[in-house]
Amino acid sequence: MADIFEQALYPYRRSADQDAAAPVRHPVIVVGAGPVGLAAALDLTLKDVPVLLLDDNDRVSTGSRAICFAKRTLEIMDRLGCGQPLVDKGVTWNKGKVFFDERKVYEFDLLAEAGHRRPAFINLQQYYFEAVLLERLRELEAEGRPVEIRGRNKVTGVTRDDSGVQLTVETPDGPYSLDADWLIACDGAKSPIRSFMGLDFHGRVFEDNFLIADVKMDADFPTERWFWFDPPFNRGQSALLHKQPDGVWRIDLQLGWDIDREMEMREENVIPRLKAMLGEEAEFSLEWISIYTFQCRRMERFAHGRVLFAGDSAHQVSPFGARGANSGIQDADNLAWKLKLVLDGAAPESLMESYNRERVQAADENILNSTRSTDFITPKSDISRIFRDAVLNLAEDHPFARPLVNSGRLSLPTAYVGSDLSGEDALPGGPERTRPGAPAVDAPVGGGWLLERLGTDFILLGLNTSLPDMPGGDTLPVTVLTIEIEDDRLGALRERYLGRNEQAVYLIRPDQHIAARWPAHDRKAISAALAAATGGMS
Amino acid sequence: MTDLNTAPNLTDADGFYEALIAAHKDLTPEQSTALNARLILLLANHVGDRDILLAALKNARETGR
Repeated sequence: MADIFEQALYPYRRSADQDAAAPVRHPVIVVGAGPVGLAAALDLTLKDVPVLLLDDNDRVSTGSRAICFAKRTLEIMDRLGCGQPLVDKGVTWNKGKVFFDERKVYEFDLLAEAGHRRPAFINLQQYYFEAVLLERLRELEAEGRPVEIRGRNKVTGVTRDDSGVQLTVETPDGPYSLDADWLIACDGAKSPIRSFMGLDFHGRVFEDNFLIADVKMDADFPTERWFWFDPPFNRGQSALLHKQPDGVWRIDLQLGWDIDREMEMREENVIPRLKAMLGEEAEFSLEWISIYTFQCRRMERFAHGRVLFAGDSAHQVSPFGARGANSGIQDADNLAWKLKLVLDGAAPESLMESYNRERVQAADENILNSTRSTDFITPKSDISRIFRDAVLNLAEDHPFARPLVNSGRLSLPTAYVGSDLSGEDALPGGPERTRPGAPAVDAPVGGGWLLERLGTDFILLGLNTSLPDMPGGDTLPVTVLTIEIEDDRLGALRERYLGRNEQAVYLIRPDQHIAARWPAHDRKAISAALAAATGGMS
Repeated sequence: MTDLNTAPNLTDADGFYEALIAAHKDLTPEQSTALNARLILLLANHVGDRDILLAALKNARETGR
């Protein structure tokens, strides 16, 4: 059987829309069936928002591309109903080693804490990630949910006005037009939609090239992230080795700026580089080779009227830290529930502006982290290299220098601190990690997990305190949930949510970020927080 | 907040200066630069306080240009 990325998983089929006399109008069109577009489409479909997903291709991506999927991404996928197959297929890892020259200078373990359903990271080829999400989408479609994916439907033009968005779409049968109330542009770093709309994309280009190779081999390297600074097999540059499923290893070799890309891509030049790294006797086959250069930049705004940009179309980071796909998934997570409320008339359209603010804040955090990593890995001046080498030399013997070693600060979700959707933090001495704006932290509850109890509505969570039902007549669905402390197997709930308090009440958004918290039930305060969290209407 | 101490604070100023120069004995300019970098990192960690370190960076940058 052909590899999954060689199959037309959503082949072109002529749609009735192509024969319509006037452009057919859809509530939401998502463009791009990569990880972010698929996540956005899944999330909206699960909320019963009709979604049309357009892709210029008809298959999942070739090559491993975004291989590291972070805990928060897996938690979001759990909410979308497909976390388990990702974890089952993926390679779970927590440990990493850092080498300098010929020496190991540093080791780390990302999983310092027990009591989480999902690991810090899994490695999984992007094509498998996309295939799992696609299968979930097909499952929802089969259940009769309002979702449709159209392969080989390439968007070639976008215009917009106050009432919505007009698209022209090219297909094997020729062009047709579509209208949308809302357009979500998940069409990647080179986003054609961004170009059609003449929108800016500013930032810093890093003048460097990296060779990526997916190598199939039987090797007994441990399941760890290995990173080399200035190794003998790639002098003056860096290297990364990471394990993926199916005996595929991901290798990234820094090449420098002044290279002949076409020459470097040739197998006869790639193989000696890999043998220098893996040993002359290593037996392997090449699954995929690519050379990339990268940029750290973002659009000034992610929301332009009823066109919302998400993922790489809105922001790009260097690959160190796995902050590309993981942050794009969080864009979708942030966007879907807000759009649902707006479409239902339960929140004003201005709520979408909070998508812009919160995810721009997140993009800035990710760009800052990945720029710092890049400057450490590829020093831009002589003195920068001198300090980098000094840190690496000191790290071998001195613990103080290890936090300075920066081979990528691995993706963590952004806490929307200061967001105007966040309400009060009235819990005295409440734990920092669950303050308003932060994503809810998982914890074991009874025989299961806290996050799986949260569902997809707003949640009013009573910890060790029972809550009355929310008053009827609200347009907003709020689920009331009470958890008694005897269900707190490890004491993790107490540590993560109560601090020194005996009880607490949390208001949690549908994307599982904390909206507000109190020591006890207070109907007026809860109503005010709910109004703030939905853009001031309800 | 403690300010960056720019008043005399070394217990044996001449002795320290001699030791500083001696630490660079027989090193090439490149090796000396690397030693200085390690020294700065060691001392910076000992100081720890962000405000003091930023004040020292600013002070060093603005002096003697």
